[in-house]
Amino acid sequence: MREYLLFALKRFVQLAAVVFFGISGAFFISHLSPISPVETILGEVTGRSSVDPEAIAQIRQALTELFGLDVPLWQQYLNFWGRFATGDLGPSLLAFPTPSMKLVMLALPWTVGLLTSSIIITWIIGNFLGGLAGYFQNSRLLKLFGVVSIGVQPIPHYIVAFLMVIVFGFLWPILPISGGFAMNVRPGWTIQFVLSILHYSILPAASLVIVGMGTWFLGMRALVSNIVTEDYVTYAELANVSRGRIVGSYVIRNALVPQLTALSMALGGIFSGTIITEQVFTYPGLGSLLVSAVNGGDTTTVLAVSSMAIIAVATAIFIIDLLHPLLDPRVKAA
Amino acid sequence: MISIVRDLIRYNIEFAIGLVLTTIIVIFACLSFFSPVNPNLVYTAIPDQPPSWQYWFGTNSRGQEMFWQLSFAFRNTLSFGVTVALISRVISIFVGLLSGYLGGWVDRILMFVNDIFVAIPIFPILILFYFVMRSNLNSFTLALVMACFGWPFDARLIRSVALGLRHREFTRQAVFAGMSPIKIMLEEHLPYVMPIIFATAMANMIWSIGLEVTLAVLGFTNINIPTVGTTLYWANNHSALVVGVWWWILIPVIILVMMFLGLFLLAVSLNEYIDPRSRLRRMGV
Repeated sequence: MREYLLFALKRFVQLAAVVFFGISGAFFISHLSPISPVETILGEVTGRSSVDPEAIAQIRQALTELFGLDVPLWQQYLNFWGRFATGDLGPSLLAFPTPSMKLVMLALPWTVGLLTSSIIITWIIGNFLGGLAGYFQNSRLLKLFGVVSIGVQPIPHYIVAFLMVIVFGFLWPILPISGGFAMNVRPGWTIQFVLSILHYSILPAASLVIVGMGTWFLGMRALVSNIVTEDYVTYAELANVSRGRIVGSYVIRNALVPQLTALSMALGGIFSGTIITEQVFTYPGLGSLLVSAVNGGDTTTVLAVSSMAIIAVATAIFIIDLLHPLLDPRVKAA
Repeated sequence: MISIVRDLIRYNIEFAIGLVLTTIIVIFACLSFFSPVNPNLVYTAIPDQPPSWQYWFGTNSRGQEMFWQLSFAFRNTLSFGVTVALISRVISIFVGLLSGYLGGWVDRILMFVNDIFVAIPIFPILILFYFVMRSNLNSFTLALVMACFGWPFDARLIRSVALGLRHREFTRQAVFAGMSPIKIMLEEHLPYVMPIIFATAMANMIWSIGLEVTLAVLGFTNINIPTVGTTLYWANNHSALVVGVWWWILIPVIILVMMFLGLFLLAVSLNEYIDPRSRLRRMGV
């Protein structure tokens, strides 16, 4: 138990470091820019009509204070962490005066839900089929599946999502292609609303699953086809251990450990795919929020979404790492 | 080198297919050097012509010949991918060999940094870069930024190989012979990691090109440079599918998938070649 706690502590330090450096990076990138949000807004406000120069100076003053830009950069940086700790990153510009954090929090459950469910489906099915394909190497069906996944796996998320929209939106319109739930359903904890969410998430989730599946399938097949040549598997076969037991507890369980590590390493990339998938299906998650914030020049929201994305991905990786000892009793202090 | 390629073509059908696909794409991209039209001009041809003998890939709503436009697009996209792969290879070789050979606290610090880079989701960061730099963000800057995020996976792989090499006989001999660590790393250990570097370079190109396409489709790169992503961006911008100009989207997507498939097959087959067990199994020994 002590070793496990030490392992968890190490992972936690890493989580903290990722969050710290990631968000600091995001802060400095957005603040070292030559484009000032103050001047951008000022340009928009004063561009439409002629404004008294003194009023402009006052607006500039007010905006500079609002963004906290009237102090040196290092102090802005400290202030940023101070405000971050209280969960206040300033008002969103697009939806002024709504706090940008509130927008992020509204979008976060959608992304987390979509991402979690699609990753769990993808990982379990991909690994299961891959394991079978590695063990029963002569099965025609599984070989065909392997060829298909080699063909589909390298296609970027965007293309698959886009093809799904074309196929199910225009050629054979049976599934909703945009939004998070039906317009005529009132949000709330009702059966109707939940069903509507599920209905609307079929296509985005399916496109994430299609792209992701191949990686796990191919990885697992390669791992398992190496494991089946090991002596202990031959021994188990000779000792007449049942097939199901060999595949399940002798082969697949051993191969799952590296696959779990791979999952925690691939998570950042999968998240990037989710952003674009959300955008294609106009799913009301972090991705769509980020894109519309960038298009609208909404600095605070862009920073808030990026920070939250970094925290979310790092936390997910942390949780996956903590699951390791469940599969591999040897992982105590890694 | 040539005999390795010949062996691979003979025994590994995936490598052969990958090589053919990649070669076709590279030739197609190189055709742009002989292009009769300037890709940055619009309305040089009749708009919205379907594929025909005169216009092989049709023309788009901006009055550009898709064949030449795509040729330029693939040239830019490929060179972007190669740039990212080259720069990130340099970083990953440096970090991987250093951390594998020196070990100790250097290893611990480098791997700590490595793990941080693995865990940071790059897409929001890239969008942030675009947000800050807008149209100042040219392909090279973008390639540089992506390369700064594209090395950690491969650095870890290289490190694991270098870790094994450290305790081999020849390394000790080199140390006793007074070879400097840098020389040992570059002259003795680098050749051993070369196959990994080639295989991961392909995977890295798939990754960076995929990201570039994604960014460009959203309009988050310089949309005036023809790349595969910006081609799709302009197609969406002109609602190509709604108008019925399907070739504007379908043809780039088909060629793009061909390219990804080619690179992926090359990466997979090279990976398999590195592992002597699977290589022998394939040769039927």
